[in-house]
Amino acid sequence: MKGIAGSKESNDCLITIETSKKTTIEINSIVGQFFYDQILKTVEDTLKEQNIENVSVIVEDKGALDYTIKSRLLTAIERMKEDV
Amino acid sequence: MFRSLLFIPGNNPSMLQNADVFLADAIIFDLEDAISINEKNNARNLVKNYLLTSSVLPKQIILRVNSINTEWFKKDIELLKTNKINYLLIPKTDKSSLLNIEEYLSAFEKENKLVETKIIALVETARGVNDLPLFAENKRLIALLLGAEDLASDLQIKRTETGEEIFYARSKIIYAAVDHNLIAIDTPYTNINNLEGLLKDATYAANLGMKAKACIHPNQLEVVNKVFSPSEQEIKWAKEVIKISLEKPGSGAFQFQGKMIDKPILDRAEKILVKAKHFNLM
Repeated sequence: MKGIAGSKESNDCLITIETSKKTTIEINSIVGQFFYDQILKTVEDTLKEQNIENVSVIVEDKGALDYTIKSRLLTAIERMKEDV
Repeated sequence: MFRSLLFIPGNNPSMLQNADVFLADAIIFDLEDAISINEKNNARNLVKNYLLTSSVLPKQIILRVNSINTEWFKKDIELLKTNKINYLLIPKTDKSSLLNIEEYLSAFEKENKLVETKIIALVETARGVNDLPLFAENKRLIALLLGAEDLASDLQIKRTETGEEIFYARSKIIYAAVDHNLIAIDTPYTNINNLEGLLKDATYAANLGMKAKACIHPNQLEVVNKVFSPSEQEIKWAKEVIKISLEKPGSGAFQFQGKMIDKPILDRAEKILVKAKHFNLM
């Protein structure tokens, strides 16, 4: 099962989430040098809040704020659940 | 009280994060026409998390939800739980749809212990225009907004630069709004690069009696705010008229600058000063 949400526009991010044997998070960000830890925490917290485990998450970030990353991840999760 | 209301597509992070710095008196976060069917949940999630986590928000927040006849309406209404939304903008309002929405909202607010949500009716169908005398007295309403593009589509006519085709609808909205103490809000001017055309269109609407105008681009806000604000001369005139009337209490009509000043003129002067104070123009 797979879900994708967001875009590669400025201030946005494209998130892909897919079921996997273990949880992995890949972050490719134009501001990764400064905000990698913050982006990682937003993704981890959102997965925990939604009780999601064993997924592979890829974040293609173009300078999105925390609430945008969280929102795109939530939508990607919803789409993954619908992708039966 | 509004002069300008700016539509922002709910799925646009760049515009959302700047929403509080635009010159608009209110921001309309759009979950309806600006959002494609496949992106409805994406936009809803983005607006919700923006409202819940942003430390600085626009002065007044309006949410345009999808029609009550759609599968998205109930999910859109869930955003009221953020307690950050001042008004709902209801598309294609007519008597019947407003009654249905009122019934749904009343139950939703009771269940979630929310205060009564006020509504701006988007009047954009022939039925909506005809129904105005039947629904304008609804206690939830605070304003009527003309949606000329959808109305033109409903009437199967072309929109023109001079807007003769929407004169009837504009007038109906203005008269219904004044009669029921609502704010009459004019339709957006859609040619975003033509500020001269916007000035003419907004001035014409203001002269008819519209009190504000919806905008679809931030570059329209300055013109619209200016048109719907009292001018410096009007404020100066109103101040002097009120001053003289206070110096002659109970004297009835009097002359000022060669013109008769009586109660309707005094009322107008007071309204100018109220508006000027509200928008920090004096």
